[in-house]
Amino acid sequence: MRPDEVTNMAHGNAAAGHGDHHRPPKGVMRWLTTTNHKDIGTMYLVFSLAMFLIGGVMALLIRAELFQPGLQLVDPGFYNQLTTVHALVMVFGAVMPATVGLANWMIPLQIGAADMALPRMNLFSFWLLFFAFVLLISTFFVPGGAPAAGWTLYPPLVLQTGNAFPMAIFAIHLMGASSIMGAINVIVTIVNMRAPGMTLLKMPLFSWSWLITAYLLIAVMPVFAGGVTMLLTDYYFHTSFFNAAGGGDPVLFQHVFWFFGHPEVYIMILPAFGIVSEIIPTFSRKPIFGYEAMVYAIASIAFLSFIVWAHHMFTVGMPLAGQLFFTLSTMLIAVPTGVKVFNWTTTMWRGSLSFEPPMLFALAFLFLFTIGGFSGLMLAIVPADFQYHDTYFVVAHFHYVLVPGAVFGIMAAVYYWLPKWTGHMYDMNIAKWHFWLTAIFVNVLFFPQHFLGLAGMQRRIPDYPTQFTDWNMVSSIGGFGFGLSQLLFVWLIIRCVKGGQRATAGVWDWPHGLEWTVPSPAPYHTFEKSPELH
Amino acid sequence: MSIVKRNSKLPAAAGALAALTTVPARADWSLLNMPKGVSELSRDIYDMHMIMLWICLAIAVVTFGAMIYAMIRFRKSRGAVADTKLLHNARLEAAWTIVPTIILIGMAIPSVDKLIKIEDMSGSKLTIKVTGYQWYWHYEYLGRGVSFYSRLARSSDLARQRGSGIDPNTVDNYLLEVDKPLVVPTGTKIRLLLTANDVIHAWWVPDFGMKRDAIPGFMNEMWVSVDADKPGTYRGKCAELCGADHGFMPIVVVAMPPAEFEAWLAQQELRQ
Ligand code: HEM
Ligand SMILES: [Cu+2]
Ligand SMILES: [Cu+2]
Repeated sequence: MRPDEVTNMAHGNAAAGHGDHHRPPKGVMRWLTTTNHKDIGTMYLVFSLAMFLIGGVMALLIRAELFQPGLQLVDPGFYNQLTTVHALVMVFGAVMPATVGLANWMIPLQIGAADMALPRMNLFSFWLLFFAFVLLISTFFVPGGAPAAGWTLYPPLVLQTGNAFPMAIFAIHLMGASSIMGAINVIVTIVNMRAPGMTLLKMPLFSWSWLITAYLLIAVMPVFAGGVTMLLTDYYFHTSFFNAAGGGDPVLFQHVFWFFGHPEVYIMILPAFGIVSEIIPTFSRKPIFGYEAMVYAIASIAFLSFIVWAHHMFTVGMPLAGQLFFTLSTMLIAVPTGVKVFNWTTTMWRGSLSFEPPMLFALAFLFLFTIGGFSGLMLAIVPADFQYHDTYFVVAHFHYVLVPGAVFGIMAAVYYWLPKWTGHMYDMNIAKWHFWLTAIFVNVLFFPQHFLGLAGMQRRIPDYPTQFTDWNMVSSIGGFGFGLSQLLFVWLIIRCVKGGQRATAGVWDWPHGLEWTVPSPAPYHTFEKSPELH
Repeated sequence: MSIVKRNSKLPAAAGALAALTTVPARADWSLLNMPKGVSELSRDIYDMHMIMLWICLAIAVVTFGAMIYAMIRFRKSRGAVADTKLLHNARLEAAWTIVPTIILIGMAIPSVDKLIKIEDMSGSKLTIKVTGYQWYWHYEYLGRGVSFYSRLARSSDLARQRGSGIDPNTVDNYLLEVDKPLVVPTGTKIRLLLTANDVIHAWWVPDFGMKRDAIPGFMNEMWVSVDADKPGTYRGKCAELCGADHGFMPIVVVAMPPAEFEAWLAQQELRQ
């Protein structure tokens, strides 16, 4: 039986009525002490939005400085602090927490569980993350400023960081601990708390994508934590892991970092894959095409992501055989990725499509993420990467997969589930304006960066030769347009929380999945009695 | 390369419009694509790049075409009814797993012999040791007793200071000029030994095709051979983040015919 048939037949009564028997404490205490998965999900999502805006302000400072050649606004050292902290904030503060927030809200609702399995750890992991970022952002105010060696933290450069050094590393340890706890929680919840009858291969694809993401997190966050701890001991105890003079090797850190770093990029994109796999069927009014293939594709992407890391380091001087191995393994990732894109397209085939805001974002994801996949493929070819590496071509690649990829996925999810969370429909007009402005400006912002990179502009520079002026101006204009458009998103969310037309339980025309069987807004407690699936 | 002179005082709004509408018209091809360069390696790499680009464009036309077709043809507003039985198609799914695998392997094969060539350092006639420093380069002609530092030219250095009041557009080769360029003979296979004194740097001249990291405590190698018929001045920059002035350590290489080069080198030997 199809997962959709199962869930559509579930009894919708599970949550209604008796959900509200113990109300949460009022005011601040509710948010400090809650162990409710919905509250914690909300906290993660709000935190993520705040980080998206803070990271966005840094990005706009960067784009403002790059608007024309010469240094107008910031010094080169501070510029490097901006790019470094922008990346860390967006990766660990905006994208990852957003997907954790969605997991907290939606996994119990999708699998028919009453809550996450480990609610106290859940709250603990949120507050660890919160303080990690208080610590990280406060490094701007210590002597020597914030870390400035790039989010990749390569030694020896990173060892030139000032007082921020131990703070940044401790912040990373906290983020890592928080992520690992979140991941354990997801795995334990999914493995133990699915409603009777929901076998793994009937589980909605968003939950599936998170199950696999959680394994990736548990596998690689400790490696990253180990790597930065070695930096710490090199800095304070002269261990020389990465210092040639003491018998170490700076490139060793790059191997450790990318063994974490490549799976990390999939940690950011897999939940978005899951989201898109929920939304495209809903607005095509037709179940996902090739459900099992979708699951296996995610699993093989996850596996392959462990054996491609050195494609980030082709220029360090690897043996020939190593270069060929990493070229080939990297290209292979395109196969399961292609399977996903083809399955999404076929899901629309002979469907009955409508274009509500979640679908608009999912479709933009489909096109623009694929463009990022193409540039990824080009980067994987090693002789060509000798030219592309460390240029704006790479910047264009990863922003295409991360912004219209992961971030559009998250926005699509917000537009999809917001009525379920708040009980109100949002303003469709504002949503459509937000979509079109965002989708147009994201291309104005990032597409020209392909040209800049190919024409020879390296990344991580505050100033550039004058022939790069024109495309940098275009890109900066796109950046400001993109940034300002996000204010619409914030405004829309605030208005939707405050009020609006009442949402029905199903919200959309063709709802499928257990989350649409509970009322909107979802009651504080849902599925205290397991839903019955036939 | 065309260096476009522009009035940098345009108001922001007008600038926005102007940039959006006029850039594509003014931009020449060299500002959009990878340079073919002036060496066998750079042409090999350019060819690989173009093959990949065309293959990706072809795949894009097919997949985006299918998506756009579906979005137009299967709209609810046009009365499309969902076919909820279309859930699997083993043959189709096998095809779009196997065909891409074959295409990908086909893409990777031509890179093998190019890579073997790139890594083959044999037969070089001249070895130059390149050392990266924060934030300048040092060049040493091994066995010839000639070595010197190469730093950002004074004119660029003055203009790049914050609040310098100097418009970068008025500086020749802004950020791409050094006080003393590296000089190499054309038509000669030259081996570069790369290392660094402090942090990791990377030596890159786009017209030569290759970039490689200069890592403190280690020696990397790469080779360069400028076409015999292409003497000239070629410019690049450090390509690995190396601290505050990473953007300000350019590389300038003057390639001259071997006889002229020997004369230049002899003159340098006398001076040192
Ligand atoms: C078809 C799949 C993909 C392939 C073949 C691919 C390939 C590559 C390669 C070879 C590089 C290194 C380029 C260089 O530094 O010279 C790279 C960089 C990068 N990719 Fe991808 N990629 C793919 C998908 C993704 C996805 C899905 C994400 C994230 C959502 C991603 C995020 C990144 C990031 C963040 C970097 C740059 C990291 C840095 O240097 O700071 N990529 N990719
Ligand atoms: Cu990677
Ligand atoms: Cu550098």
